[in-house]
Amino acid sequence: MTNSKPVSAARILLPKAPTGIQGLDEITGGGLPKGRPTLICGSAGCGKTLLAMEFLVRGATQFNEPGVFMAFEETIKDLTKNVASLGFDLDSLVADKKIVLDFVYIERSEIEETGEYDLEGLFIRLNQAIDSIGAKRVVLDTIESLFAGLPNPLILRAELRRLFRWLKDKGVTAIITGERGDESLTRQGLEEYVSDCVIVLDHRVCDQTSSRRLRVVKYRGSTHGTDEYPFLIDEDGFSVLPITSLGLQHDVSTDRISTGITRLDAMLGDAGYYRGSSVLVSGTAGTGKSSLAAHFCDAACRRGERALYFAFEESPSQIIRNMRSIGIDLEPWVNKGLLRFQATRPAFAGLEMQLTMMHKTVNTFKPEVVIVDPLNGFIIGDNETSVKSMLMRLADFLKTKQITSLFTSLTAGGAPLGVTDVAISAMIDTWLVLRDIEIGGERNRGLSILKSRGMPHSNQIRECLLTDHGMELCEVYVGAGGVLTGSARLAQEAQEQALKLTRKQEVERRQLELESKRRALEAQIEAMRAEFDVQEAEAMKIIGQEQAQALQLVLERAEMGQSRKADR
Amino acid sequence: MNENNSHDSTAAFEQALKSSQDQHYTLRLYVIGTSPQSVHAIANIKKICEEHLQGRYELEVIDLYQQPQLAQGEQIIVSPTLIKKLPMPLRRIIGDMSNEERVLVGLDLRPRPK
Repeated sequence: MTNSKPVSAARILLPKAPTGIQGLDEITGGGLPKGRPTLICGSAGCGKTLLAMEFLVRGATQFNEPGVFMAFEETIKDLTKNVASLGFDLDSLVADKKIVLDFVYIERSEIEETGEYDLEGLFIRLNQAIDSIGAKRVVLDTIESLFAGLPNPLILRAELRRLFRWLKDKGVTAIITGERGDESLTRQGLEEYVSDCVIVLDHRVCDQTSSRRLRVVKYRGSTHGTDEYPFLIDEDGFSVLPITSLGLQHDVSTDRISTGITRLDAMLGDAGYYRGSSVLVSGTAGTGKSSLAAHFCDAACRRGERALYFAFEESPSQIIRNMRSIGIDLEPWVNKGLLRFQATRPAFAGLEMQLTMMHKTVNTFKPEVVIVDPLNGFIIGDNETSVKSMLMRLADFLKTKQITSLFTSLTAGGAPLGVTDVAISAMIDTWLVLRDIEIGGERNRGLSILKSRGMPHSNQIRECLLTDHGMELCEVYVGAGGVLTGSARLAQEAQEQALKLTRKQEVERRQLELESKRRALEAQIEAMRAEFDVQEAEAMKIIGQEQAQALQLVLERAEMGQSRKADR
Repeated sequence: MNENNSHDSTAAFEQALKSSQDQHYTLRLYVIGTSPQSVHAIANIKKICEEHLQGRYELEVIDLYQQPQLAQGEQIIVSPTLIKKLPMPLRRIIGDMSNEERVLVGLDLRPRPK
């Protein structure tokens, strides 16, 4: 047997119809399968109709794909009114022949079954609607109502199977919605007929906060994200939150930005944080986490960048007042529009809602710097795992956008530093730890850098002081008794100062002594030299006399010779 | 369309029941082309009408293939569908009309079986 399987030259990708819904296209790798039906199921009130409607409206407005909406549950009037709250103007879309709305009215009490029937009427109706505007997209919402309205489910099933096949032949991208069943995905088992793509929506309440989730159960011929993704319905429609960077392939910047504290910049390799990195400031209560954040905000605004401050503990005016006490005035930046506060109680909405709101604010405000103060606010009850995954998503999202993020995290008093945050540590680039140092009956603040990826950084603990002109870092003393801070440090400083003084005096005294010795010596030398001079003078005198005498002698001898006329 | 107010229809229904023996019927049968079901339905309803409504009915047979736009206006999804326009209340009788008893119930010519 020869194994001559034809090798496809190029991988043919499944054509997809983009939904235009934020996040959903990312999960599905480009949208719903083009020209095929997709089943969307979920329990009542989980947003099936909205998802379907948004798919249609975005198709008509953004992708030039007109659509037909066949409603089995809501009248056209109600539907138009309901989606108007999301900013969809169905009336004008209908007038522009971008969308056809058709309400299928079925009233069980009006119907009398008298024999075999088929759904050809529905086919004709749908066909007529599709052809009237050249529709590329079709929504059937909720086709299962037929089972309630028409007798003889056996015929219905066969007809539905035929309908879905017909839709496929017609080449329209269809969404069929279905009510969630007890055991199966849909009450009537529609998933058996629509098997190309199945999306399940879910709406659950946990700890009194509701969260909506979406999951792509099946997507034939395509890879897709399989997790449950939180989604949100708000005034702009649907948004799904995928983990934005599944591949960890965001660009990094070598640009450095100031922390707002000169000494801290120096500790971080003389330059500050990397742009686009995530910074975690953790510490016990009252160690100055928010102050550090405010410094960073202030520095960003001074550079003319935008900063977004998510506050979960204090109101904006409270933050502004408190920061003024350490000499940081944030108000002008707010007035200039460079700084925006978004203050909400974490309990105000579910996690997903919070996260989505954060995403949206970031997308609209386009900040260079984002502060989240504090992270812990989110942890209510047992939701720590979901908080972590949420933070992971948030940090990733900000990273891909090249936004520098600073998170503060409150560590419990007794807990060992750095342990509680291990889970999020993985995605943090620079981790500053603020700690209380209790010594000599007082509490002082110490700052150290636990880690900072990709830069040389100080391993010293610095004491940080909150002064009226901002946070200041100073050296701490490390001695036998441990690190010295506060008044202990001041005492140590005084002691050293005294020691230094006595040493200086000693040196001066010695120098003086030496000087006088030298002077005495010099005087002695002078005296001896004088004596020597005298002696020398005397000796010279004698030597002179001697020489004179000798000369005299010679002269006399010569004179004598001359007188005697002696020859030589 | 087809939004009958319930109080109107109830009154009309009682009226209709009383006087169904001598009321004039306006019926419309929607079929799709010449499918076997369509052919059966047309034959069956004609026979029933002749037997029970002789001289006081008006039956119009409409092929949706010819006039597809009517499907939406008349809220047709099933074929064949016989719409009893008059007397009130409006009723849709679906299927190939092979079950004569049921057709008669649908036309309010027989009381609804309890």
